[in-house]
Amino acid sequence: MSWARCLAFMLAVVVMPALAHKPSDSYLAFKVDQATGSARISGQWDIALRDLDFAIGLDADGDGNITWGETRAKHAEIAAYALARLAVQADGVDCSLSVPDQLIDKHSDGAYTVMQLALSCAQASPKQLTISYRLFADIDPQHRGLLKLESDGLARTAIFGPESRQQQFTLGKTSHLTQFVDYAREGVWHIWIGFDHILFLLSLLLPAVLVWQHGRWQASARFSTSFIEVTKIVTAFTVAHSITLSLATLGVVALPTRLVESAIAASVVLAALNNVWPTLRGRRWMVAFGFGLLHGFGFASVLADLGLPSGALVLALIGFNVGVEAGQLAIVAVFLPLAFVLRRSWFYQRLVVIGGSLLIAALAAVWLAERAFNFKVMPF
Amino acid sequence: MHKLANYLPAGTLLLTLNLFAFAVQAAPFKPRSDAEVLEVLPARATDPRMRELRRLRNELAARPADLATAVQLARAYYSEVAAEGDPRYIGYAQAALSPWWGMSAPPSSVRVLRAMLLQFNHQFDAALADLQAVTQQDRDQGEAWAWQTAIHMVRADYTEARRSCAEMARLATPLIGAGCTAQIDSLTGNAAAAATVLREALARDPKAGAAEQLWVLTRLGEIEQRLGQFPAAEEAFRRALSLDITDGYLLAAYADFLLDQGRPAEVLLLLKDRGRSDLLLLRLALAAKALNTPALAAWQAELAARFDAARLRGDSVHEKEEARFALGLLGPSQAARALELARDNFAVQREPADARVLLEAALAARQPSAAAPVLAWMKASSIESQKLQALAQQLKGQP
Repeated sequence: MSWARCLAFMLAVVVMPALAHKPSDSYLAFKVDQATGSARISGQWDIALRDLDFAIGLDADGDGNITWGETRAKHAEIAAYALARLAVQADGVDCSLSVPDQLIDKHSDGAYTVMQLALSCAQASPKQLTISYRLFADIDPQHRGLLKLESDGLARTAIFGPESRQQQFTLGKTSHLTQFVDYAREGVWHIWIGFDHILFLLSLLLPAVLVWQHGRWQASARFSTSFIEVTKIVTAFTVAHSITLSLATLGVVALPTRLVESAIAASVVLAALNNVWPTLRGRRWMVAFGFGLLHGFGFASVLADLGLPSGALVLALIGFNVGVEAGQLAIVAVFLPLAFVLRRSWFYQRLVVIGGSLLIAALAAVWLAERAFNFKVMPF
Repeated sequence: MHKLANYLPAGTLLLTLNLFAFAVQAAPFKPRSDAEVLEVLPARATDPRMRELRRLRNELAARPADLATAVQLARAYYSEVAAEGDPRYIGYAQAALSPWWGMSAPPSSVRVLRAMLLQFNHQFDAALADLQAVTQQDRDQGEAWAWQTAIHMVRADYTEARRSCAEMARLATPLIGAGCTAQIDSLTGNAAAAATVLREALARDPKAGAAEQLWVLTRLGEIEQRLGQFPAAEEAFRRALSLDITDGYLLAAYADFLLDQGRPAEVLLLLKDRGRSDLLLLRLALAAKALNTPALAAWQAELAARFDAARLRGDSVHEKEEARFALGLLGPSQAARALELARDNFAVQREPADARVLLEAALAARQPSAAAPVLAWMKASSIESQKLQALAQQLKGQP
């Protein structure tokens, strides 16, 4: 190829988007069954026939077609080639691997051999699985091994490539705890970044250190009165949103997201305006309960977005809920002492309670419009 | 949090598609007869190209540290990528270069190839670093200049592109030299003049190599199309096709032209049996959608499965195609997702096609502000494109 031709060729290609077919992947799946006291590990490994043809040659007659006969004739060789490039250790001790049978499956980029993997490990119930993967490492550095590991109803995924040839996975009971903590952490995080929930709660809490007398807010005399008021509100909110969060997550009730989100915004507007023109004095816990039911649906959509583990749905639900409550209590713990100290001041009674509530109502009104009519003004 | 909720319907739909794709695949079977064909390879073993690849591969296996053989094999694999768009060959090429791949300053011949492979995965910074090192050492490395131009073009750095074009013009044929500058002019406010330059350069050099003509004609077709000179664009594309070189980029560009012209039936004919390439499968599916042909469902499911597979391995180089897929095939419910993809893509690649999909996604999602980077680019470059200008206008009309 002449120089200039070569050049033209390159120019034509570089602008071509980098995607055409699919790069090479294999799909590796392990299932660890600890139910019977001792672990049973089974696996499946899907490897593309094209890749195997490139590595060890499957197209015996060279006609460009790989037939079942040609593949079957190479089954032993395929298994030997693949198993030489995969190692599984249970608690640091090598497991022996064998391939009792091979089938065929079609993936998006063609036919794959499907190897059933039988594992026998010395450890009765291993705590840790180490997987080393170097299939095609020498002939295609772009190749990836995509792992799906299922144990105790928990599915994990991992990618093996040149930078990650060996990975460790912890099995067994600890995973439940980790999972619980993970979801609890998400719960805390989502109450903190969920401005609409915080503002709703704050709207209800702002007057908790005050009493409505002679048409205006006055400082409440005792901390215990305020404390009881706050406890009533927070408990009502918690009970209510726990109910709907559970019902929605377990699939008992489903409401359209846009409706829920709009109604949540409306609840913030109403709760805030109730501080400026109180109509539901002293019965704010009922407001917290009623609208709390709505907010529960909002939490449920976040939880659905996070993805739920099939085998540990209830665990995730409780974890997430506990997280939400913890995050909420943290907010209350900061708010209550501060508000109680400031409650006699003009700053608190007028600026924070009245001004703040008006501001919250205005903000929530924009949310309401955004969500109801599906457009965007604010960045959050 | 309501932002997350906005994405919910999108997420839910993708999930259903996922499950569908999984359901289609998750059934290993035992074929009924030994004669059943499971896989069709890109070429027969007797194909001269395959023979040459096999010869080189055996030679390299015998002497893996032989630089000349390794470079020759990697180049041969790379030309397979160019013809068929099959990314597996990228990995094979990288493997051929493995003794030198991790070096900080490998020989120039390896460095140029490494850059070519890196840019394929959109690692533009690393690729440019290699190319610039090569031309710093030797200003006469024309190929390294050509690649620098191409990467600067993709990133809309027209000043740098012009500079490397000038360097390249010293070393290449007049046709390539003229074409290189003209392609930049065509994006920076001199499209009509650029088209004339290309047409005249072609006329002056009728004996130019076919690959060279292909490249110039493809550019010309795109420029005329942007200018709204559809018969001229058609003529350029058809002349390029008549050169009889299989070129995925040209096929995709002409298919897009036909789709825009409301001629989807011709796309089905043009790309018949070429669905192996995702780029072309996308065009096939868009044409099938326009005609409502029965093949649509299968192609759409296939594309969804391929995008899912790419996501599984953590790839993000298909954002433009996936955005078009979401917009054109999945419909308005996926607008938010399409916009996210188009925006991420435009942060990396800034060619007219990248701009267009972001404008279209912003329109569909009714978020005009998301198209700001495109409008800024259009203003800065003074690009002339009827389609982009019409979309931008439409966007202004949107509240």
